[in-house]
Amino acid sequence: MNMIEAAHVFYEYVQKDENDNIEEVNEALSDLSLTIEKGSFVCVLGHNGSGKSTFAKLLNGLQLPKEGTILISGMDTRDDASLLNIRRSCGMVFQNPDNQIIANVVEEDVAFGPENLGVPTDEIIRRVDEALSKVGMEAYRLKSPNRLSGGQKQRVAIAGVMAMKPECIVLDEPTAMLDPSGRRDVMRTVRELNKREGITIVHITHYMEEAVDADRIIVMDDGKIVMDGAPRDIFSRVDELKELSLDVPQMTELAYELRKAGLPLPLGILTREELLQHLLPLIRKARKERGGKDA
Amino acid sequence: MLRDITIGQYYPAPSPLHRLDPRTKLAGTMLYLLSLFMTDSLVGYGIATVFLFTVIKISRVPFRFMVRGLKAIMLLLALSVSFNLFLTPGREIFRIGFICVTYEGLFTALFMAVRLIYLVLGSSIMTLTTTPNALTDGLEKSMGFMKRFGVPVHEIAMMMSIALRFIPILVEETDKIMKAQTARGADFESGGLIQKAKAMVPLLVPLFISAFRRALDLSMAMEARCYHGGEGRTKMRPLRYGRNDVRAYMVVLLYFTAMLLTNLLPV
Repeated sequence: MNMIEAAHVFYEYVQKDENDNIEEVNEALSDLSLTIEKGSFVCVLGHNGSGKSTFAKLLNGLQLPKEGTILISGMDTRDDASLLNIRRSCGMVFQNPDNQIIANVVEEDVAFGPENLGVPTDEIIRRVDEALSKVGMEAYRLKSPNRLSGGQKQRVAIAGVMAMKPECIVLDEPTAMLDPSGRRDVMRTVRELNKREGITIVHITHYMEEAVDADRIIVMDDGKIVMDGAPRDIFSRVDELKELSLDVPQMTELAYELRKAGLPLPLGILTREELLQHLLPLIRKARKERGGKDA
Repeated sequence: MLRDITIGQYYPAPSPLHRLDPRTKLAGTMLYLLSLFMTDSLVGYGIATVFLFTVIKISRVPFRFMVRGLKAIMLLLALSVSFNLFLTPGREIFRIGFICVTYEGLFTALFMAVRLIYLVLGSSIMTLTTTPNALTDGLEKSMGFMKRFGVPVHEIAMMMSIALRFIPILVEETDKIMKAQTARGADFESGGLIQKAKAMVPLLVPLFISAFRRALDLSMAMEARCYHGGEGRTKMRPLRYGRNDVRAYMVVLLYFTAMLLTNLLPV
C-alpha cells in the first residue's frame, strides 16, 4: 500500500466580502494526482503560491479537498472516524518553530501528541525518551523551549511528531526561519529518520540544496505538478526551472554555466564532489596541453 | 534578558514544600486564609504566627522574597490601619482635634494589619514554591468537579498554560515592534498620559495582528498533533498524592482545628 495517494484533487480559497458575497476564488490546487511510496524521501519545490503548503495541509486532514480524494495508508482524509489515525500516522512540522510548541517544558511538549492519543503514562515517558534521543535533544529535556535556538525548537517539534509513532512526516518549510547551522541540524535529523527509521518524508522547501539528497523531487506551479523525478533529472532541466522562477543548487548552476561556456560537463551535477570529479580531469588535460606547448 | 522573564514568582529550592502536590498546597493555602478570618484572639494569632513562620522556614525561600509581595499592598495596609485607628469609637487614649485614638481602635488596627500581612505572606508561599504549570495542573485537577456544572475546566487550564508559554514570546515581539516603530519616527516616551496612550496604537495594532496569526498557527499545530479536547487525554506526569502530602494535609487540618478551638477559649 502506498503511503500517500492523491487522486484528482482540487482545492480553492474563496475570499468573501462583509456581505458574504464571493469576491475572489483562488484555485490553489487543480487536478493534482500523485502517489508517494512508503519509506521514500520526497521534496516538494515551488515558489510562493504554487500550492505546496495547501497540499501539505491536505495530507493530514487539516483541510479537506473540494474535489478528489486523498488516501493516507489507505485511509480517506474525509472520513471523520479515521481522522485521528491519519494525523497520528502522518505527522506535520510547520514553518514557525515558536507557533507549534505548546508546552512550557521540552518533555511536556513532546508528550503532547501521545497524551492526546490517550497513551498510558509509562508508555508516554518511554516514547518521549526515545523521540528526544532520535533527534539528539535529550540534554534539553527539562529546559524551557524559549531558551532554545530555532533549529533546536524544530527538532523538538520533530520529536513531538515522532512520539506519536508516525509512518510519515510532512515538513512544511521547516527551515525557512532558521540560520544555516540550524538548517543543517534539522536536515540531518530528517535524513536520519528517513534512513534509520524508514519514515516517509515529504519535505516542502524552497532551498534547492536541501532537495539534492531526496529520492524524488516534485515541482509545483500554479496548483499543478509540473515536474516529477529524481534530483538529477530535475536539476538537469535548468532552463525550465528558471522559467518557473526557481533556482538550482549552486554547483548545478556553476556546472551549467561552465557547460554553456563550452566545457564538456554532463548535465545534472548536484554536489561539489561531483563537479570536482568531472572538472579535475579537464583541468589536468588543459595543463598538460599547455605544458606541452611550453616545452 | 527578556527571554529570561519568569512568570509568577517561582523560587526554585530543594524543599519538601516544593515537592508537595500542587493540590495540597492549594487546599492548604485556602484553609490557612480561611483560618485567619475565623479568629480574633491573641492565642489564635499566636498559633497562626508559629505556623506561618515554620512553613516559611521549611520552604527555604529567603524571607526577603516573601516581603516583596507586601509592597503591593502597602497603600491598602496604610489606609485600613488609619481608618481603624482613628475611627473606632471606644475608650479614648488621646485626641488631636477631631481625631481620636481609642484602645479598641488600636487593637482592631493592629489585628487588621497582621491579618493582611499574613494573608499575603501565606499566598506568596504557595506561588513561590509552585511553578505556574504545576499550579495550572493542580487547579485543573482540583476543579474537575466543576465540569459537571458545565464549566470547561480542561479548556481553561489549557488556555492558562498556553498563555504562560506565549507571554515571553509576545514580550519579545512587543520589544521588536517598538524598536521598528521608533525607527520609523514613533515616539513612545514624551507627552502626557493621553499622548502616550495614543502612541500605543501603532504598537498594539501589529501586536494584536501577530498574536491572532500565532493563535491560528498554534491551533493548527495542536490539531495536527491529534488534540481534540480533554476527552480521553492522558498525562505524562499525572498528579499523585505521596506520603508527604498526607502528612501535610494532617498538619494543616490540625492547625485549622486549633484555630477553630481558639474561638471557644474565654479571652
